[in-house]
Amino acid sequence: MAKRVTGPEIEKLIQLLAKVPGLGPRSARRAALHLVKKKDQLLGPLADAMGEAHRKVRICSCCGNVDTIDPCTVCSDERRDRSVIIVVEDVSDLWALERAGAMNAAYHVLGGTLSPLDGVGPDDLNIKGLVQRVANGGVRELIIAVNATVEGQTTAHYITDQLEGMEVKITRLAHGVPVGGELDYLDEGTLAAALRARTSI
Amino acid sequence: MPFHLALAPAFVLAAPNVEFGLPMPHKVFLNRLKLTEFRNYAALSLELDQRHVVLTGENGAGKTNLMEAVSFLSPGRGLRRAAYADVTRVGASDGFSVFAAVEGMEGPVEIGTGTAGVTEGQSRRLRLNGTAAASVDELTDHLRVLWLTPSMDGLFTGPSSDRRRFLDRLVLSLDPEHGRRASEFDRAMRSRNRLLTEFRPDPAWLTAIEREMAGLGVSMALARQEMLGLLTALVERNVDGDVFPSARLALSGFLDDEGHRPAYDLEEQYLTMLRDGRPRDAAAGRTLDGPHRSDLLVRHREKDMEAARCSTGEQKALLVGLVLAHARLVGDMTGHAPILLLDEIAAHLDINRRAALFDLVDGLGGQAFMTGTDQAMFEALGDRGRFLTVSHGSVTG
Repeated sequence: MAKRVTGPEIEKLIQLLAKVPGLGPRSARRAALHLVKKKDQLLGPLADAMGEAHRKVRICSCCGNVDTIDPCTVCSDERRDRSVIIVVEDVSDLWALERAGAMNAAYHVLGGTLSPLDGVGPDDLNIKGLVQRVANGGVRELIIAVNATVEGQTTAHYITDQLEGMEVKITRLAHGVPVGGELDYLDEGTLAAALRARTSI
Repeated sequence: MPFHLALAPAFVLAAPNVEFGLPMPHKVFLNRLKLTEFRNYAALSLELDQRHVVLTGENGAGKTNLMEAVSFLSPGRGLRRAAYADVTRVGASDGFSVFAAVEGMEGPVEIGTGTAGVTEGQSRRLRLNGTAAASVDELTDHLRVLWLTPSMDGLFTGPSSDRRRFLDRLVLSLDPEHGRRASEFDRAMRSRNRLLTEFRPDPAWLTAIEREMAGLGVSMALARQEMLGLLTALVERNVDGDVFPSARLALSGFLDDEGHRPAYDLEEQYLTMLRDGRPRDAAAGRTLDGPHRSDLLVRHREKDMEAARCSTGEQKALLVGLVLAHARLVGDMTGHAPILLLDEIAAHLDINRRAALFDLVDGLGGQAFMTGTDQAMFEALGDRGRFLTVSHGSVTG
């Protein structure tokens, strides 16, 4: 066994940091060292911020987003058009769509996709909540913004089935040419999808 | 009654409008081939030219290994479908590599491919002109490689899965999307099978999966039918003369007799089949309807006899005819004849058919690699071939 270089507290800090996405054991070590060196400017405030977040963070009872308030910041935003709901797999997708800033809509976070192979079923996802939201009325359009994977598309079919008979327009994201993309470099599947989903100009 | 494409001109018409038989712009061929730690070759460097390459030598000398190395210049696991760990020479300290300087479809290109390290489960890396490529699929921009090996001799008598794989390789060479569709279909089907093992599975969930399967499955079936349509059109034009028997091709086992209907109708029909088949599939533990159950039916056209009932020699001749037709199709579609790997090609053919084969192969306009135990078998090739002798991991001209 290798000799220890640091005490158990720092070793534990490194081990935990290594579990953060984007950090491996090496970068966790570097991050930990940086934090320890900047004990007062960084480590203390970070610890406080983390403690505060840990105490307050919860899942929005309306849309499934994570935030420190419930309903979340997005749901309680009066300026949003709540008649349009964008359905996403994960909070990261919600953030990505918000970065794009193209729609001033409400969201619904499913928390994953249907996958029998991974043991994820309808009850494990926030689908009942979505159906309830639509049933409560006031929703004009549902934009299903799930990934273009087998599981994502299956989930989209499932949701569409669950909402059958309800007065709501269901749409999905277009698949096709990325903005600034050169046709020559696109794969055949994307090109074919773009051709099928062509629009008039 | 299986669905015969010869009777369904709609698919032939739907095929891209290609002018058959145009002269090839320039020949695609290997200038140089270097192997490192590849099978029984610790290191090998071969200078080649436009000519076809004839490899002769004793059994086990490494002729097929050389062909396999060339087959790695196309995506996939090569002509042996081997695990990469088995490709690396026994006792090597690092993974195998294949380097080739190729006069490619887009001009000269240097291709390097191989694995790093000798551990199992490695993926194959690709470098084009010294830069790492994102995917091995990029190889198809530069050259196409097709092969015929003795392990395919039992194609007509063996399990239908072999014929399906053969057919899917044909489709894949013209429609790279086919592979993605097949693997996504497979994933959706495994999801369905898993769900059916549960006690009272959610019917809406099953429907959602089946919808996905229907879309993918029908497009797979249509892509296969389109491929057969193109091949059939080529066979009917009889470009290869009467040297090799021509094959009548048909698909059976999934949506037979339905190829002329719109895809939407077929999807609805498959969806109904899946829904109705749930209890049966649950009992069987697998999905019994779908493109994964299709079979490629091949008949000897002139004799109107099932390929499986033809003599061994005739089966080989049918197979050669199919591979040549495919090579011609790829040449017509891409504008460049593919590299052909014909392993132990002379074995089952008589002297007249051998000479005719060499003329046909040469007439395709690409470079071919052929192996045999005896150089005399390739005499008819004359100065169109480069004759190399292989023995114990070394090659001499």
